[in-house]
Amino acid sequence: MNIVVLVKQVPDTESPRKLKSDDNTLDRAAADGVINELDEYAIEEALLIKEAHGGEVTVLTMGPDKAAESIRKALAMGADKAVHLKDDALAGSDSLQTSYAIQQALGTTGFDLVVLGAESTDARTGVLAAMLAERLGVPQLSLANKVEIDGTSIKVQRQTDYGHDKVEATLPAVVSVVEKINEPRYPSFKGIMAAKKKPVETLDIAAAGIDAAQVGLANAATEVVDFAEAPPRAQGQIVTDEGDGGAKVAEFLASKKFV
Amino acid sequence: MAEILVLVDHVDGEVKKVTLELLTLANRLGEASAVWVGAGYDGAKDKLAEYGAQKVYVGDEELASYVVAPKAALLAELVGSKSPAAVLVAATGEGKEIAGRLAVKTGSGVLTDVVDVADGFVAEHSIFGGGIISHAKVKAGTPIIAVRPNSIAPEAAPATPAEEQVAVTLSDADKGAKIVEKVVEEKGERPDLTEASIVVSGGRGVGSGDNFKIIEELADSLGAAVGASRAATDAGWYPHSFQVGQTGKTVSPQLYIAVGISGAIQHRAGMQTSKTIVAINKDAEAPIFELVDFGVVGDLFQIAPQLTEEIGKRK
Repeated sequence: MNIVVLVKQVPDTESPRKLKSDDNTLDRAAADGVINELDEYAIEEALLIKEAHGGEVTVLTMGPDKAAESIRKALAMGADKAVHLKDDALAGSDSLQTSYAIQQALGTTGFDLVVLGAESTDARTGVLAAMLAERLGVPQLSLANKVEIDGTSIKVQRQTDYGHDKVEATLPAVVSVVEKINEPRYPSFKGIMAAKKKPVETLDIAAAGIDAAQVGLANAATEVVDFAEAPPRAQGQIVTDEGDGGAKVAEFLASKKFV
Repeated sequence: MAEILVLVDHVDGEVKKVTLELLTLANRLGEASAVWVGAGYDGAKDKLAEYGAQKVYVGDEELASYVVAPKAALLAELVGSKSPAAVLVAATGEGKEIAGRLAVKTGSGVLTDVVDVADGFVAEHSIFGGGIISHAKVKAGTPIIAVRPNSIAPEAAPATPAEEQVAVTLSDADKGAKIVEKVVEEKGERPDLTEASIVVSGGRGVGSGDNFKIIEELADSLGAAVGASRAATDAGWYPHSFQVGQTGKTVSPQLYIAVGISGAIQHRAGMQTSKTIVAINKDAEAPIFELVDFGVVGDLFQIAPQLTEEIGKRK
């Protein structure tokens, strides 16, 4: 099975995250880059599927040079090879454009299954799986917390606000995963060494068949108009419990008419 | 006035509060038209009228039998035939996915997890765990905006909506992912986490699954939903579906009470836009105290039960 796992490098949520004042885009230099957390679950799920059903796992990343660090980690976890879609023309692309660019890149890799994290910790749009399924015309098996494959039939459990839906489809398909679908493995020393020899293909937009007029900040369908640091919350009242802490909270809640 | 489409979020006819919020917002920006997909419409129509739906478009029940795509197809049909000024959906997991597919179908820009929308469809976001407020707008097509639940105060504005049945032909691709069973988990009497006006959450300090009954009792005394930090769900003390934070649910209630939660960025990203924040924690240096309107440094096992009792006395 040809499994492509989409990996996004995002700023570490533990380091200060900023937008750039010149074009209102993410300041990728300001923070350490890490693999988007839910993408680690996607990588793990792709590896588990490969281990159970055979095939090959390809990592596909769109991002600047720095994103190569995340590719190496995914390869160290056990992915077989990688494609790095990298072009200055892609900078500032919004979700609609990103889904187009990835659709084009998937044209070069082919796929039976595309696996990705349901949401990134930076933009948090949660739309990419749906957009890709729409563009590719394949089943959208998103927000999955369980995946079962038998031949070309695939069943997932889709997390919903009220519980879950049991969903069935036929491959090829796009699967997005939520936390707790599995326990992502740590790269072993052997894995880290092996990763250095695994092939990483770099694609620019021409090689991926991406039309430059459909990507990049200037052509985006959305624009960030302005931004500012949120006003700090006024310093609240903090008391040390002297046996009446609960009563004090109750008084506070009553003063705010919550009780 | 320009027509604004609002996709109704409901579970088998029980309309979610966020829909009423969207109707209120839509009537502020133009004229709200509700779009209904799925079972239970007859029981829900009065609610939509009460909150100001000027029109209701009703799609075939079959559209709810497949994952997301048919709902986007119906909205795309309406975007084409009615030329609305914007489309509003709830910024839930599914709502955002519908917005994404609709954006591709109509070549429109999509803005997700919006906390307010001003004239000209300028959308406000609270990003990076609430640290930055940004504004964005759509430059191409019809603005498609997914609004975070609890961001807008719903206002009753009784209307007499005209109903229109809308047919849409589904492609094979739209029917690719079939929902064979819908499993509704028992949530008891407590409100939905993302919709609740009050949320009481427990974290690492709670110490065990059994101890979560202290959190539940406090929540019940306030009619609140129960949440949990990642430390608590990772430890298996409370189900993962109740996790508040970066990789869990984002909540924005009137009152958020954090019990035994230190307030790491992972958690703050999910609750920082709450209107009033109260924390109980034994560590005076815990970052959660930077956010609070009222905080108590002390033992949660003393303070939380006392608070529950005091609230009971005041009823």
